[in-house]
Amino acid sequence: MAGTAVTPTRMVLNQLKGRLKTARRGHKLLKDKRDELMRQFMDVVRENKVLRENVEEGLTAAFSSLQVASSIMSPEMLEQALLYPRQSVELDMTFKNIMSVNVPRYSFTTQNNDPSEIYPYGFAQTSGELDDALDRMARVFEDMLKLAEVEKTMQLLAEEIEKTRRRVNALEYVMIPELEGNIKYITMKLEENENSTKVRLLKVKDMVLQKAHNYS
Amino acid sequence: MSKLKIAVIGGKDTVIGFKAVGLEACPAANAAEAHKALRELTREGSDYAIIYIEEKLAQQLQHDIDRFKDSPSPAIILIPGREGSMGLGQTALRAAVERAVGTNILGD
Repeated sequence: MAGTAVTPTRMVLNQLKGRLKTARRGHKLLKDKRDELMRQFMDVVRENKVLRENVEEGLTAAFSSLQVASSIMSPEMLEQALLYPRQSVELDMTFKNIMSVNVPRYSFTTQNNDPSEIYPYGFAQTSGELDDALDRMARVFEDMLKLAEVEKTMQLLAEEIEKTRRRVNALEYVMIPELEGNIKYITMKLEENENSTKVRLLKVKDMVLQKAHNYS
Repeated sequence: MSKLKIAVIGGKDTVIGFKAVGLEACPAANAAEAHKALRELTREGSDYAIIYIEEKLAQQLQHDIDRFKDSPSPAIILIPGREGSMGLGQTALRAAVERAVGTNILGD
């Protein structure tokens, strides 16, 4: 039973009341945090869903172009054509704070900014499908980067929501009821003590009076 | 902030295309090779911020991938392979939703 471990004194009662107040406030704040996190999370999830579909579609298209290219060209030629990429990507990562969750934000810089410069080979010996495939690849790449950012954000938010939810539930279903139970127990115990003191006093008064005046 | 890199782990045919757009390609024919590549890329002090990994291989590395779920970097993202999407990417999304909400509320 809750309340067996507490000593029923006024001091403990005051302490418990203070803790209950803090717990209630914490519970309210955490609940607000959870709701806001959830709202953000749903936005991210929706964005993620769209991006994921885009990326999968884009990549499938790029791969099928690549497939055509590799069936036209010999594998050695293909490999040779793509052996030394002209393009290189560098990534910058900063962190953004969403409700005290640090989520990464990526920005990338490519070495070649001219989109026609990405082909690392001469056009004479390669098929047009390869150009096509690379072009598609380069286009889907931006979405892929965004997807990485959004997906990571989603995972981190999910973790934070789980944690917050657990805290809210612990406060709501364990901490607060326990504190309330203890407070009730102490209040009752104190009242009981008071009553018994009162009764004892009355009794003593009777006894004293009887002795002094010989009342019956 | 220092410059970070992006890597792709996948079948040889898959990564070759990514190499051309400037990503680091790590060809892996099977799960064991992919595991080795992943471990190499996520080593302490390595500067890979995003690792794309082919679904087919990721399927067998679920445990290793889950380890990075809660750390801000690197992000490990599944991509469909050459054979087309297996829908595993959507699974990750669903798992995150389930984790946060407790149930699948997307309705699929």
